[in-house]
Amino acid sequence: MKRVITVTVLNQSGVLNRVTGLLMKRQFNIESITVGHSEQANISKMTFVVHVEDEIKLEQLIKQLSKQIDVLKVNDITEKSIVLRELALIKVVSPANLRHEMNSIVEPFRPQIIDTSKNVVTYQVVGHPDKIDAFIELIRPYGIKELTRTGVTASVRENQPIDTPQLSILK
Amino acid sequence: MAANVSTTNEKAEMITTTESNSEVKNNPRNGADVLIQALHDQNVEVVFGYPGGAVLHVYDAIYRNPVRHILTRHEQGAIHAAEGYARVSNKPGVVIATSGPGATNLVTGIADAMIDSIPLVIFTGQVATNVIGSDAFQEADIMGITTPITKHNYQVQDVNDIPRIVKEAFHIANSGRKGPVLIDFPKNISATVFDETLVDASREEEIYLPGYQPNTKPNFLQIQKAIQAISESKNPLILAGAGVLFADARQELTEFAEKYNLPVINTLLGLGSIHGQHPLNFGMAGMHGAAVANDAIQKADLLINIGARFDDRLTGDTKLFAPNATIIHIDIDPAEIGKNIPTAIPIVADAKEALNALLKKDFPGPDTTEWLGYLNAKQQDTPYWYVEDEKELLPQQIIEMVHTITNGDAVVTTDVGQHQMWAAQYYKLNHDHQWVTSGGLGTMGFGFPAAIGAQFAKSDKKVISFVGDAGFQMTLQELALLNEFNLPVKVVIINNGALGMVRQWQELFYDGRYSQSLMPVQPDFVKLAEAYGVKGYRINNKEEAFSILEEALNSNEPVVIDARVKQLENVYPMVPAGKSLDDIVGVKKF
Repeated sequence: MKRVITVTVLNQSGVLNRVTGLLMKRQFNIESITVGHSEQANISKMTFVVHVEDEIKLEQLIKQLSKQIDVLKVNDITEKSIVLRELALIKVVSPANLRHEMNSIVEPFRPQIIDTSKNVVTYQVVGHPDKIDAFIELIRPYGIKELTRTGVTASVRENQPIDTPQLSILK
Repeated sequence: MAANVSTTNEKAEMITTTESNSEVKNNPRNGADVLIQALHDQNVEVVFGYPGGAVLHVYDAIYRNPVRHILTRHEQGAIHAAEGYARVSNKPGVVIATSGPGATNLVTGIADAMIDSIPLVIFTGQVATNVIGSDAFQEADIMGITTPITKHNYQVQDVNDIPRIVKEAFHIANSGRKGPVLIDFPKNISATVFDETLVDASREEEIYLPGYQPNTKPNFLQIQKAIQAISESKNPLILAGAGVLFADARQELTEFAEKYNLPVINTLLGLGSIHGQHPLNFGMAGMHGAAVANDAIQKADLLINIGARFDDRLTGDTKLFAPNATIIHIDIDPAEIGKNIPTAIPIVADAKEALNALLKKDFPGPDTTEWLGYLNAKQQDTPYWYVEDEKELLPQQIIEMVHTITNGDAVVTTDVGQHQMWAAQYYKLNHDHQWVTSGGLGTMGFGFPAAIGAQFAKSDKKVISFVGDAGFQMTLQELALLNEFNLPVKVVIINNGALGMVRQWQELFYDGRYSQSLMPVQPDFVKLAEAYGVKGYRINNKEEAFSILEEALNSNEPVVIDARVKQLENVYPMVPAGKSLDDIVGVKKF
C-alpha cells in the first residue's frame, strides 16, 4: 500500500543519508522524497511516498524513523485530509502548426509555459501527482523530450472531517 | 598479580596530571586537549586505541594529560576489548583510531556493538576539513560507512562543539537502547585553539536532544493488563534477554519470578540475568538451547519477554513460535515490539522500572505448581547430553571442568561457533555481567580481545576466554597485551582443527562435504604463547585434562591452554534454521 509520511528533522549534515539509508537497509521502497526547510530555523521537513506491504511493515517504518536521534517527528498522513502537490517540468516537441492545438488541449491543467523555442515548449504543471500523470499521458503523443518531477510534498488541512456515525456509513 | 592491572604508572600519571593542569593556564588548549578533558569529565577509566597520522594531536594531548590508554595490536582488538569492557562494567567502552584504515578496521566491532546494543563511544581521526572529499591520504568516508551501524554519529565541524558532542555521545550511547556512537574528528580541528570563555558554559549546559527522549517508565494501564494476564495464565513463562542485564535488573527479575513462581528461560545474551542454577531457571532457549526451554515456549500460554528482541536464532519459524501464548513484551526500544512476533501487551520501558512496577502491586499469582512440575520433569528427562568418547577428549567436558574449577564465578568470554554454544550450555553463570559473547553479529575473533577488556574492567576477577582454534587466529596478536599488562586472562582454545560449526552444518545439511572447513595445519599454540611471553599448556587427553586445567586456571598469570578435542563432535540439541522450535533434533531422553 502507498503511504504518505512526513518526517520533521533537525537540519544536521548526514540526516538525509541516515533516513534514506535506513529505508534502504530495511527494504522499504521509496517512490518519492522531497526535503526542504520548514517554518522553524534549523528544522527541515521531508515528505516520503513509500510502498509498504502491510500494517506491520508500516509500523516498523515509523518506529525506525522515530528512533533516529535527529528525527523529531514522524507522521503517517495518508488517512488524513491532506493536500498533495507536485511540480513537473515537461519539455515537448511543439512545431508551430501544432502549438495552438497543444495549448488548448492542456488548458484544463492550467500549465505555465516557462520556455519556448522554435520547435520546443516547456510546460510547468503543478498539482496532485495523479493530475500530473494525466497531463503527461495527454501530452506524450506529441513527443516528450525531457521530463523532471519534484516528488510529492504534502500539507495536512486545517479542518479535518470529524468521524461521525453518519459519515462512516458512506465509507 | 591481578592487582598490577590497575597500578601501572599510577604515580607517574598523577604527577603529570598536576603538571598539565598548570600548563593549561599558560598555554591555550587545542581541540585534542578539550577532547581528552571531556573524557576525564566523563570519568573514563580506560581507552582502547591505536594511533596514526590523523590523531597525532589527540595522542599528544593524551601524553600531556594522561588518560589510561591501552595500545592494542590491531584496531579490531581495541574495539572488541572496549565491548568486553562495556559488557562487564556496564559502562560505555571508549575507542580511538586514526582515519582511513584505522577507522575501517573498527567497522566489524561497531556493527557487533550495534546489533548487541553495547554502549561504545568511538573517536576516529579524519583528514583536515579542507581536504575531506578529495580522496586525501588515509581518507575514508567513515560517516557514510558507519551511519547504518551506529546509534548516532557526529563529525566535529567546530572546535567549540567538542564538549557538547562528547557529552551527548556518552548520553546517547549509554541510555535508552544502548549502542555505539562515533565521533569523527578532523585533524585540523584537533589542532585549533579552543575558546576558553565557552568552557564553563558548555560544562554546565544540559543535554538538549529534542529528537531523543527514550521512555523508561512503563505505562500504568499496560502494567495493569500484564498483571491481569499473568494472574489468569496457567503456563506463564518469562523470557529474559540482555535488556535485564543492561538495566541491572537481575535482582528484580529473580524476586519477581520467585514471588509468583514463574519459570524463567534466557536468550544467549540474557544468560546471567538469573542464577544459572536457580530452580526456576530452565536454561537457554533457541537454536542450540535446552529442550525444556524450547518446549516451554511452545507450551506456554503466556510469554513475558523482558529485554529480548525475538531474534531468529531464538524463535526459529516465527509463524510457529509460541503458538498458544499471549505475548507480553517489555522493551526499551519501541521498534522491537511487534517487529518479529505480534505482541498483545507491549510495555515500552526500562526492564528494571517495569519489573519494579510489577513488583509493587501484590496480585493473586497463577498456580504454577503443575506447570513447574511438568517443566522439572522435562528438564530431568532431556538434559544437555554427550556420549563420552573412549579415546578423545570432548569439548563439553573441558567446559564442565572449567566450570567446576572456577565454581561458576569466572567472567566468561567466548568467540563464535560450537564452543560458544557449549559454553552457553555448560558454564552455568553465578552472576550477572559475567558473560561476554557476540550474539547478533556472530563475530569470530571477538572472544579473546573482549576478555582483555573484561579483565581491565574487573581486575580482581578470573577471566576465562573460550575460543576456537580458528577464531583465535583472527585476533591472537593481542597476546602481547597479556604479557605487557600482566593480565591474568585464561585463554582456553577448544581446538578441533576445524571451523566446527561450519563443519557441523556441512555434515548435517551438505552430506558431509567439508568444503574449506578443516584446518589441518595449525600453529603450535603453546610455542606461540611462549613467543609472546605467555605460559602455554597443552591438553592431549581426558586423563591429564583436569589437573592441567586446575594448575593453569589457578595461576595468577596469563595462560593459553591448547585443548585438543574431538573433531567430529556436534552441538545438540539443534533447531534447524527456519524450522519451528517443535522440530528440535538431537534431544536424548534419560
